[in-house]
Amino acid sequence: MGLVFYLISAFAVGGALAAVLLKNLVHAALALTIAFFGLALLFLRLDAQFAGFAQILVYVGAVAILVVFAILLTKGSEVPKDGVFSKSWLAGLAISAGVFAVLAWAVMQAAPSLPNESAVPSVSVNDIGNALMSRYVLPLEIIAVLLTAAPLGAVIVAMHEKAGKQEKLGAPGPGSPRTSSGSWGGDFVSETWETRKN
Amino acid sequence: MPNPLSGYLIVAALIFAIGLAGALTRRNAIMVLIGIELMLNAANLNLIAFWRYGPHPELLTGMMFAIFSIAVAAAEAAVGLGLVISIYRHAKTSDVEQMNRMKG
Repeated sequence: MGLVFYLISAFAVGGALAAVLLKNLVHAALALTIAFFGLALLFLRLDAQFAGFAQILVYVGAVAILVVFAILLTKGSEVPKDGVFSKSWLAGLAISAGVFAVLAWAVMQAAPSLPNESAVPSVSVNDIGNALMSRYVLPLEIIAVLLTAAPLGAVIVAMHEKAGKQEKLGAPGPGSPRTSSGSWGGDFVSETWETRKN
Repeated sequence: MPNPLSGYLIVAALIFAIGLAGALTRRNAIMVLIGIELMLNAANLNLIAFWRYGPHPELLTGMMFAIFSIAVAAAEAAVGLGLVISIYRHAKTSDVEQMNRMKG
């Protein structure tokens, strides 16, 4: 429990607070990367080098970029006039404060019986690779299937539904009337889709 | 802090509560997802802390749990943000208070 732990914790918690409180979504996403980076530093301080660098690669590298892309694609960077917090913000705040109070109380109650300072575990990346390929090979394969299926599902969900409908109806010609209002996907998207198809 | 493990657990609880508050109080759907990501990360910090101070760190159980959790969270983020973009295209809003119908 040194000064470094308190500094890194303040970094991570401050980043998380800023991510939740900032009005501009792009700023919130940047604060989120700071929180992820602080958590990665905490992982490194816990002698979990592999998990720490995986955290930096996956969260700071990929998830933050995804969030920024989603913000820019949904015009979320404009601050809404009627506030960024919902009408029931007081209830949400009370629930989260209650959850924190219960968790902190439980940790403080259990603190005397928790294991104290132990020897640094000597775990190399070699050991992690061996464990992944022997004992944890089934979860690894399932994760591989999930990581293949999830981006495909994300692309199919984010792609508009209209294209499939039109193909089912038998590819109407360029002169045929299109009923684009109100259905999934805007005019712009369906037009680019049609030009690509023709 | 009486011992190091409880310090990490308190930090994880704090980040979890902040993420929960963000998911419950923000109106933008992307901010709700950001709150969920913070909660998942707090859980990962708990897993790593218990792995480090647990009785058998050489078995790598908590570490593996955290690594798989990171992978699942990445997949969840991709699908969630894809859903937000799809809903935004349809409803022209990413405000969760205006998304009150499941069908068109």
